[in-house]
Amino acid sequence: MSNVPADLKYTKSHEWVKVLDDGTVVVGITEHAQDLLGDMVFVEVPEAGRSVAAQDACAVVESVKAASDVYSPLSGEVVEGNEALADTPETVNNDPYGDGWIMKLRPGDAGELDGLMDAAAYTALLESEEH
Amino acid sequence: MPFIPHTEAEVRDMLAAIGADSIDQLFDEIPAELRVKGLTAVPESMSEMEIGRLMTERAAADGHPLNFIGAGAYEHHIPAAVWELTTRGEFYTAYTPYQAEASQGTLQLLYEYQTMMAGLNGMDVSNASLYDGASALAEAVLMAVRANRKSKSKRILMPRTVHPSYRKVVRSIVASQGLVLEELDYDRAGGHIDPASLPSDPGDFAALVVPQPNFFGVLEEVDALTDWAHAHGALVIAVVNPIALALLTPPGEWGESGADISCGEGQPLGIPMSSGGPYYGFMCCRQEHVRQMPGRIIGRTVDLEGKPGFTLTLQAREQHIRRSKATSNICTNQGLMVTASTIHMALLGAEGLERVAAASYANTASLVERLSAIAEVEPVFNRPRFHEAVLRFDAPLNEITRALEARSLLGGYALGEDYPELENCLLVCATETKTDADIDAYAGLVEQILAKRRETPCPVAPKMR
Repeated sequence: MSNVPADLKYTKSHEWVKVLDDGTVVVGITEHAQDLLGDMVFVEVPEAGRSVAAQDACAVVESVKAASDVYSPLSGEVVEGNEALADTPETVNNDPYGDGWIMKLRPGDAGELDGLMDAAAYTALLESEEH
Repeated sequence: MPFIPHTEAEVRDMLAAIGADSIDQLFDEIPAELRVKGLTAVPESMSEMEIGRLMTERAAADGHPLNFIGAGAYEHHIPAAVWELTTRGEFYTAYTPYQAEASQGTLQLLYEYQTMMAGLNGMDVSNASLYDGASALAEAVLMAVRANRKSKSKRILMPRTVHPSYRKVVRSIVASQGLVLEELDYDRAGGHIDPASLPSDPGDFAALVVPQPNFFGVLEEVDALTDWAHAHGALVIAVVNPIALALLTPPGEWGESGADISCGEGQPLGIPMSSGGPYYGFMCCRQEHVRQMPGRIIGRTVDLEGKPGFTLTLQAREQHIRRSKATSNICTNQGLMVTASTIHMALLGAEGLERVAAASYANTASLVERLSAIAEVEPVFNRPRFHEAVLRFDAPLNEITRALEARSLLGGYALGEDYPELENCLLVCATETKTDADIDAYAGLVEQILAKRRETPCPVAPKMR
C-alpha cells in the first residue's frame, strides 16, 4: 500500500495539499500517482502570479510512459512553482511529499479545502481503484 | 517496408472481436449532417498512360522560359547526384516509417538534417521538418503563444514585409484559435520595418515575426527588432531564407539574446520548383522552448549494449500520447524533400552554400544595375538587399511582362495586387543560375520593348481622314 500521510488533503486526481501556517498551501502529486506514471523526465510548473481555478490544468508531469496534467485542487493565485524540478524531475519520484512539490498557492476561498479528501478517504479511494 | 492492406476476412474478424457490425458503425458518433456525401468535385481516376500524357502536355505548356521570378520559390542549381541518391530504394519514402526505429538509416539522415539546420540557423534544436514555409510560420506563431510564459496575450505582430501568401496561410490556420494578427507597415523609402517607427508602448503581445530577407529582398534591422520585442516581453519568430543564412547573421545570434524560433521554406536547398510543391518547411528553436516545438524530433542515444542509435524523442508532446492536448496536430514530416535537402547540403558543404548565396547576391545586384540604367526603370528601396529587388516601371507593367513572356522570359513578380501602393513595381531575382548573358538579354529586351513604346505613345493611332 502506498504512503498516504495523515496531515495532508487529497483530490480524486491524485494531488495532495498541505496547508501552511501563513494560509498558503503546497501542492504535489501523491506517491501513488508518481508510481503509476513511472520515471519522470520533465515537469512543467506554473509561473508565480498566475491565477488558477479549482480543477484547472496548471502543471504537466511527463514520465517515460506518459505526459499528464496536474490539476489545481483549489482556486487561487500561484505563489511559486518548484523551478528546481526543471533540472531534477526525478525528485517527484524520490520525494513526492517533500522536495518533489509542484507549486505553492494562495487559496482564494479557504472553504474549498473542506471539499478535499482526508487521508482516510483517499486511502479508501486507492483501495477501491485497486479492485 | 511494404504496405499490406487487410483482407476482408481480417477486417471481419477484427470487427467481430470489438462487437461492431461494420466499419461505418465505428463512425456513428459523427453527426450525419457533418459527413461528406461524396467528392463530386474530384474527377474520375485516370490510367497511368492517360495521366502520363496529361502531365507531359502540361509540362510542355510551361515551355522553358528564362526565369527571373523568386517571390518565395527559387531556381537554384541542383547537382544530379542529389535526386539520383534520394530516389534510391533505401531512401525513397515520403514519410518517417511507422515503427521508425526499425529504419535507423532514415533516422540518421533526419538527425544529420536537424544538425545542419540548427547550424545554419544558429539555434539549439531543429525538428525533422514541416509541410512548407507558410505553414511552418503558422506553427511557429502557435508555438510562440504556447511558449511565451511572460505574456498571456494572443496578439502577434506581423510585418507587411512578410510574404503575402504566408500571411494568408497563417491567418487561415491561427484565426480560429483566437489569435490576433496585427500588421506592421513598412518604411516606404527603405522597404523595411523601421525600428524607429515601433511604438514605445506596444501593449502586451506574444511575438514579433521578423523576415530576413523580407519579401522585397530587403534586409531588416534584425538586431534592433529582436531587442525591441524582447524588451516588451515578446518572443521573436524569424522567417528566413536558408541560402541567405550562408552569408547573414543566423537568427540565433540576432540582438542581445537571439531569436526564439526560426522557420522558413526549405525549397531553395535542392528541391525543384515543380509548380509550387511539394516543398518543406523547417523550424528551429532555443533549447528552452523545445517542448513546445511541433513535429518530429530525432535524437541520438545508446542501446542496451551501449551502441549508438537514433530514435524519435520528446514524443510525449505528440497526439498518440497527449491526444487533444498534444502540442500540435503536426505529427509527421516531409521525409523525401528533407532527404534531398540533406544530400544537397552535404554535397555543397558550407563553402558551396556560401558561394551560391554570394553569386545570387552579385547577379541580382548586376541585374538591378543593368535594368536601372534604362530611363523608365528605377529601384524602389534604398536599403541593402539579398537576391531580390523591387523595380518601379514608368510604364504599364503588365504590357512589359506580357511582351517579355512572349519572348519566353519571366521578368519577375508584379507587386501591385498584394501591395496597391506598389503599382507597376516588379520583384526581380537572379540566382547563381543566371549568366551575364542572361542578364544582358533581359535588359536588352526591356530596352527594346520600352523603345517601341516611346515611338507609339498612344496604343491606337488616331485615324486621319
